[in-house]
Amino acid sequence: MTVTGAPPAETTVLPPAPGPQATTAGPPGDGTDVVVTLAQIAPRLGDVAANLERHLELIADAESGGAALVVFPELSLTGYFLKDLVPDVALREQADELLRLAAASESIDVVAGCVLESDDARFYNAGLYFSGGRIHHVHRKVYLPTYGLFDEARYLAQGDRFRSFAAPLRVAVPPRPWTAGMLVCEDMWHPTAVGLLARQGIELFICPSASPGRGVVRGHALGTARSYDSMTRTYAQLFTSYLLYCNRVGFEDGISFWGGSRVVGPDGRLLDDPAGDDDCLVTHRIDLAAVRRARIANPLLRDERHDINDAETERLRNRRALD
Amino acid sequence: MPRQSDSGTDALSIDSAVVRDLLVGFVRNEVRKVGFERVVVGLSGGVDSALSAAIACAALGPANVLPVLMPYRTSSSASEADARAVCAHLGLTPTLVDISPQIDAYFEGFPDADRGRRGNKMARERMTILYDKSWAHHALVIGTSNKTELLLGYSTLFGDMASALNPLGDLYKTQVWALAHAMSLPAAVIDKAPSADLWEGQSDEQELGFAYPLVDAVLYHMVDERRTRAELRALGFEDEFVEDIGRRVRLSQYKRRPPIIAKLSARTIDRDFRYPRDWGT
Repeated sequence: MTVTGAPPAETTVLPPAPGPQATTAGPPGDGTDVVVTLAQIAPRLGDVAANLERHLELIADAESGGAALVVFPELSLTGYFLKDLVPDVALREQADELLRLAAASESIDVVAGCVLESDDARFYNAGLYFSGGRIHHVHRKVYLPTYGLFDEARYLAQGDRFRSFAAPLRVAVPPRPWTAGMLVCEDMWHPTAVGLLARQGIELFICPSASPGRGVVRGHALGTARSYDSMTRTYAQLFTSYLLYCNRVGFEDGISFWGGSRVVGPDGRLLDDPAGDDDCLVTHRIDLAAVRRARIANPLLRDERHDINDAETERLRNRRALD
Repeated sequence: MPRQSDSGTDALSIDSAVVRDLLVGFVRNEVRKVGFERVVVGLSGGVDSALSAAIACAALGPANVLPVLMPYRTSSSASEADARAVCAHLGLTPTLVDISPQIDAYFEGFPDADRGRRGNKMARERMTILYDKSWAHHALVIGTSNKTELLLGYSTLFGDMASALNPLGDLYKTQVWALAHAMSLPAAVIDKAPSADLWEGQSDEQELGFAYPLVDAVLYHMVDERRTRAELRALGFEDEFVEDIGRRVRLSQYKRRPPIIAKLSARTIDRDFRYPRDWGT
């Protein structure tokens, strides 16, 4: 961990002490806006205690920077390539570590990742949304990559749902909660998952990630970074919603994680250049008014024909039943 | 000694006949399928290399097993005598390579080298000799590292850990003893205090700080049975001991893996370029 709130000079980066919000996070809106922070960290592999302390420090930093929400990367409490460490680092929902994170969410919402153990000893790659001193929402990663360099389904159980939820975002006292949904890394590579969240009403996609850098031969940028760049912009624009992409940095077993965390606006444009591959905080102001404007300009969600989708899906399901 | 687990009255006990047959089949298969008939094995006079040699003899016949004795001038003469006794017992003719000249020549330039450094150098010197014999005799190097020392990292990387195939790597030290007994190896070799013999008077159990039956028991429950800390405590293992052993296993993990490669491409060797080892056979 090289940086404690003192990352390289970049306008997106929060200074260690509370700084002037307006310059780091864009102009305040009309009470419909909140500040969000992406904590682009390099978790220590298998060291939940050290990672927890780091979370608590950065939650405090984000809170003093005026953020209503701080998002950590996928498996931020444990690191990614855990292999046989999975059961050793797993936490139950009642675990002390999660209670401590929950306690830190009294006045700032927090998204963190861990291996969540169920009562019947299944281990999930979970994104947890903490708010108001408790676990407010849990997303268990559905799509577990098990190909190439990935082995998730060998060690982890699959989640079985995509649900949107009301994200309180308490600090700024917005007129109402934001409707949010979580997609953990590989979940994003399945547009049906994104569509399911959108259908439940969505204004804010929260996407924690642990994406390894690879594919250097294809040109200047890492191949994976380019894929995420295109996905994050496309989803935000097609679903006229904000998208928070928080990827991790650092190395595990020779594999680097490329960072590139960013906030994409509901018009599909990045609010600023994506972060580099340093350990840093990325802070932006997001505004429901911008969602409204994007939906006036592009009323795609209004025009969505769920009835056609349902009818065609039903027809395909019936046809399969006849096979 | 802690109580035995509920998984059996003696969790580490093996069916020697079954294990022997499996390991003999393993050596025969692994050697022959890559186009070899012969193996070379470094004999130290200890039970591990004696057992590897015995398994190789049963698999390939004594004529196809080349034992190499590689003493240093401070090595115990009893070790060499024991190694020769193993050869006589198995019907093998040993080759002797005294490593003193090259070791001494090297350390003339580094007279302050401590015994750990010298011991590692000797282990790696022996490795280069075995691999030279491998080339010269078209024979594969057969390994002699047992599960206990591999897990504890109590061996020299690219030294005694180096081999083409290792029939002992999944047997704890106490299981090596049991199998050696069952295969009727000389009692003197089995019953003596284990030693790497890298310096005079060296003893495994003194250096490690615990006896093999105890460490094998805790390793078995930690590694094979994946017992939690609380369960190990309930089995009678002291926290401090468990912590020490766990630390040794964690800290030596790098020794059990190939050198790390920085991932750049879409297919990185040993990461997402993963064909079976038998791909080329």
